[in-house]
Amino acid sequence: MLVTSALITGLALGSMYGLLALGFHVTYAVSSTVNFAQGSSMMLGAVFAYTFAVTLGWPLAPAAFLALALCALYGVIVELLAVRPFARRGSSAWLMATVALGIVADNTVLFTFGKEPRGFTLAWAQGSVQLAGINVSWLQIAIPAVGLALAAALHLFSRHTKLGKAMLAVVQNPDAARLMGINVALAVSLAYAASSLFAGAAGIMIAPLFNVHSDMGTLFGLKAFAVAILGGVTSAWGVMLAGLIFGLTESLITALLGSGYTQILSFALVIAALALMPNGLFGRAEVKKV
Amino acid sequence: MAWVLLSFTRFFWEVDMRILLAALAFLLGISNASAQTIKIGLVTALSGQSARAGEAITRGLAIAIDEINAKGGVLGRQLELVRRDDEATPAKGVIAARELLFKEKVAVLFGGLDTPVSLAIVPIMNQEKVPFMGPWAAGTPITRNGADPNFVFRVSAVDEIVNRAMLQYSQKTFNAKNCGMILVNNPWGESNEKGLTAALAAKGMKPAGVEKFDGNDVDVVPQLTRLKAAGADCLFLVGNVGPSAQVVKSLDRMGWKPPIVSHWGPAGGRFTELAGPSAKDVHFIQTYSFFGKQSPVGEKVLKALMAKYPDVKGAGDVTPAVGVANAYDGMMLTAMAIQNAGSIDGPKIREGFYRIGRYEGLIKTYDKPFTPGNHDAVNENDYVWTQFIDNQILPVGMKN
Repeated sequence: MLVTSALITGLALGSMYGLLALGFHVTYAVSSTVNFAQGSSMMLGAVFAYTFAVTLGWPLAPAAFLALALCALYGVIVELLAVRPFARRGSSAWLMATVALGIVADNTVLFTFGKEPRGFTLAWAQGSVQLAGINVSWLQIAIPAVGLALAAALHLFSRHTKLGKAMLAVVQNPDAARLMGINVALAVSLAYAASSLFAGAAGIMIAPLFNVHSDMGTLFGLKAFAVAILGGVTSAWGVMLAGLIFGLTESLITALLGSGYTQILSFALVIAALALMPNGLFGRAEVKKV
Repeated sequence: MAWVLLSFTRFFWEVDMRILLAALAFLLGISNASAQTIKIGLVTALSGQSARAGEAITRGLAIAIDEINAKGGVLGRQLELVRRDDEATPAKGVIAARELLFKEKVAVLFGGLDTPVSLAIVPIMNQEKVPFMGPWAAGTPITRNGADPNFVFRVSAVDEIVNRAMLQYSQKTFNAKNCGMILVNNPWGESNEKGLTAALAAKGMKPAGVEKFDGNDVDVVPQLTRLKAAGADCLFLVGNVGPSAQVVKSLDRMGWKPPIVSHWGPAGGRFTELAGPSAKDVHFIQTYSFFGKQSPVGEKVLKALMAKYPDVKGAGDVTPAVGVANAYDGMMLTAMAIQNAGSIDGPKIREGFYRIGRYEGLIKTYDKPFTPGNHDAVNENDYVWTQFIDNQILPVGMKN
């Protein structure tokens, strides 16, 4: 019972870490930059969805759809304001600029949404089902399912659509892609939109389990970055799998050894894994052609 | 002609000077009056998950200060409340406390909800010899801090005593024999782990297990599963609003419904909204409830709250009541200590606390509430067991 319960908890949390880490992967692959404040995008997804679904009383589907659209727009803004001006000059200041923009977003939400955390209850998520002798809520089943479905959607998009193929071309060689008439700036912008959309989706799904407040994404963002590095930030399925591995490891350590060991051991294992495999579990070393 | 002009000039010069002098005297008067107020500092969470707790403490202090000022103040001077937000963070609490001590020159500083913040401020207060009054944070080492002289006083629960009361309540009400601890992973949780372990040991018992969780943990199911597997027949819960809500939601997901005997953390915010319908299953300790028959002081305070705050329409709107009640009594006792001291000198106010005799307060009638060996005015006889019914904190068993 102990292990089964930990596996279910770990899968739900792990798929959230994976989804956030997938956001790091998408932008890194296309532009070699990431939004370090990915946790803020996650928070915005939850806050927008709460505002539309609870404050304005909309049905969940249009509320979630508009929330995700706004998150994608936020991603475009992040790229436009905090990444492009610096990356264009070859400066690494985008690193700090994305963190700063995240802080601005967190504080704007703090003053507009409110200082108190809010509960985001979904009626359908209250139900549960018995699996292997333990009680599992629908939400715990839905979260990994949606997480993996979104990862699969990214895979299909990049392999089977013209836009996706254009993005892959930018990943392989931005200059050659530009010469072929591909709008590289648009591809990078789209990557940031997708990155924030994934984070927003994670925020909407995690909100009913957790609560909605301005700094809810901070710790998630940090863990997701560790997951992205662990998986090998260049591999899409790698980061998703690393998310699941990290979530499961956390839960199993807590269940088997006790909560006192969770953070120490899970991050020690990340360090050990990276020491043995510097490019991450599923990443490949960058080949420099001279 | 020259004489007339000279007279005119002299007249206007004198008039101007008189006006200037009058204006100067007026301004000096204002500044003097301002200097005459006795500043009372408050460092508490005014934002974040515990914002409501900070607001409750503010209201308790404000009602008491209004009442004291209406009667002429203390030592002939009006009291003035100066607040700072600690954001439930020790580092920010320390910065705020230093600002209130050195810039605002507060005579007494009140603390807030969070034990880690109060524990960080206590050494500064003892070093600067300015009294610190705790109206909420219950960590045992806050008042029992080993300093001599000790400038820290409290009108609130004390973990060590609360822990004994929690064990007693679990046995009496739920016939519990093997309780497990689920504690927030911070100094407050540690303080309660020690207190609960000692309370159990005093009865020759051991906990079913001790599990910790972080304030930002989304899922506490693994920790709770360990306690369930260890045969826990009740849970001792220690955590503020958000973390406590996470425990309740995790229990719901597990479909496990053990009795939950909690410290008073859930009282500080939107617990019912965050924890869902099972919030009512958490029985937690309070020092006061505005429900039921009130003492004359209770009626007076409730009336004052309704007059001052438009959102307070009745007892159910005074939430969390414990913050209001503790802060009100804390401020009244502090005013008496300043009166006894005859000045706003810190060491003299400290001595003044020891000279407080009988006082009919909101929580109880105090009789020599502070002695050099006891800086806690409230004890186990003053606790009330409560639960959330909808959004209101009611004594257990009382219907809304």
